[in-house]
Amino acid sequence: MLTVSDIHTYYGNIHALKGISLQVRSGEMVALIGANGAGKSTLVHTICGLIRPEKGTIMFQGAAIHGLLPESIVERGIAVVPEGRHVFSTLSVEVNLQMGGFVHRRNSSQIQEDIHWMFDIFPILRQRRLQLAGTLSGGEQQMLAISRALMSRPQLLILDEPSMGLAPLVIKEIFRIILDLKEKGKTILLIEQNARAALQIADRGYVLETGRVALEGESAMLLEHKDVQRAYLGQKGHLSTVPFAAKAQKRQRSCGG
Amino acid sequence: MGTDFLQYTITGLTVGVIYAMVAIGYNIIYNVTEIINFAQGEFVMLGGLFAAFFVGTLHLPVFLAFFAAVIATGCVGFAMERFVIRRARNAGVLSLIIITIAVSILLKGSAMLGYGKDPHCLPAFSTRGPIMIAGAVLQPQVLWIFGVSALVVIALSFFFHRSFYGKAMLACADNPIAARMVGIPVRQMVLLAFILSASIGAAAGVIITPISLMDYDRGAMLGLKGFGAAVLGGLGNFYGALLAGCVLGLAESYCAGYLSSGYKDAVALIFLLLALFFKPEGLFGSEAATLKKF
Ligand SMILES: Nc1ncnc2c1ncn2[C@@H]1O[C@H](COP(=O)(O)OP(=O)(O)O)[C@@H](O)[C@H]1O
Ligand SMILES: [Mg+2]
Repeated sequence: MLTVSDIHTYYGNIHALKGISLQVRSGEMVALIGANGAGKSTLVHTICGLIRPEKGTIMFQGAAIHGLLPESIVERGIAVVPEGRHVFSTLSVEVNLQMGGFVHRRNSSQIQEDIHWMFDIFPILRQRRLQLAGTLSGGEQQMLAISRALMSRPQLLILDEPSMGLAPLVIKEIFRIILDLKEKGKTILLIEQNARAALQIADRGYVLETGRVALEGESAMLLEHKDVQRAYLGQKGHLSTVPFAAKAQKRQRSCGG
Repeated sequence: MGTDFLQYTITGLTVGVIYAMVAIGYNIIYNVTEIINFAQGEFVMLGGLFAAFFVGTLHLPVFLAFFAAVIATGCVGFAMERFVIRRARNAGVLSLIIITIAVSILLKGSAMLGYGKDPHCLPAFSTRGPIMIAGAVLQPQVLWIFGVSALVVIALSFFFHRSFYGKAMLACADNPIAARMVGIPVRQMVLLAFILSASIGAAAGVIITPISLMDYDRGAMLGLKGFGAAVLGGLGNFYGALLAGCVLGLAESYCAGYLSSGYKDAVALIFLLLALFFKPEGLFGSEAATLKKF
């Protein structure tokens, strides 16, 4: 469904993505894990058209989408739940959802229908319907960001660190929702620092390190992999969020001055 | 004493409403792009001069001239975005603001070439004589000014809170990155913002011309005072702009009446400076509405 081949992305002189290739097949949930600063969000922004890659191709359902404007990419069926949620905080929950359906603006009955569907999945949002999104709790904002993305009726849903900054119980709820979406047949690319939780629900995974794919394979294999365990899973039964690779990297950076 | 006060109040509110409309024009563009469009005052000037041309030369009825002038100026706004701003969109916000100053000089120069240096007039929208209220004179045109501005404000509220494109513009203002991610075509929204601002500025220009005449040189001062109102009301805040415009107009008028009309133009600048020094987020703005990028 989505095929990213040899993508290079720069921020000015900073070479953020150094030849990334990955694939998401229809109906699959793929996890993309990696330390802070590995380039995960940069890849998301490159896929959804916010940044142009310098080199490489991105194919979606058989057509090249690199170089398209973000709105055309949404129209083709990719929706993103951005890192840090990015709800429209000064607009109401309902307007947030309407904006999620912007590409279907000519079909207002569909948007209305979908909003009710979202309210069925996330009943808390129905209660908060007229509240400004900025006044919601972190977990509620994440649910709003997810449902806003679903409003465009995407073929592929990309979630960028949906667990970020949330309490453990809320994270559990969010992962249950994501798993639910997968079981309903949605194709999902799940970006996470919370590697164990992500690999436990994904079919396959990619490990990103400083702009390169360091490892890829079945989730079960990655969960068992020694390097992954050491760097991203930490001690047994303990969810690590700051992998060793990142610490080592930081140390190197401060030495290099 | 009471009569004077009433008279100054009427005069102050009349110009205040015009400042408010200029300020709203600033806000619309600022909200979507973070650009402060210093050509905003020129849109007011163009509106007045276009209308004078349509009535004086083409002999259109004044109402038709109103809409024609608004549309013509809207086209200028369109051209400004499409052929100038969009081409430079990779430049920083500050460069774009400087570009708007260049455009304002260009518009002023073109207006001078096209219309000459003399002020142009426009007949009042209705021909009945002035109304006397407790000894103060109320020109019927003042009622038109209040009416048209009220309509503009109502139409804008409706646009921003009811229409899909209006809400999308608010979304762009709220969070441009998320707006792009959900598929809102930001470039179209920017274009729309320029057309809308130009049209509102032009409407203000047309309704004020029967009272104060219009010449090529008036844009800068109107733009500056409108900017003062926009900052005072909190950049990006519509109702703040409305109130701040009226406050500014009243302050100016009382100053001219009770002190000296020579200081009139300084009032807006003093308000602007005080606001920037002590309350850069404006009287009604939130912290977040402070000048975003300076
Ligand atoms: N807007 C930006 N400008 C310059 N460098 C950036 C920008 N965004 C990210 N980077 C750099 O690109 C690299 C990858 O960042 P990012 O994609 O945010 O990583 P991740 O999402 O995996 O934490 C980092 O080194 C970061 O410093
Ligand atoms: Mg990230």
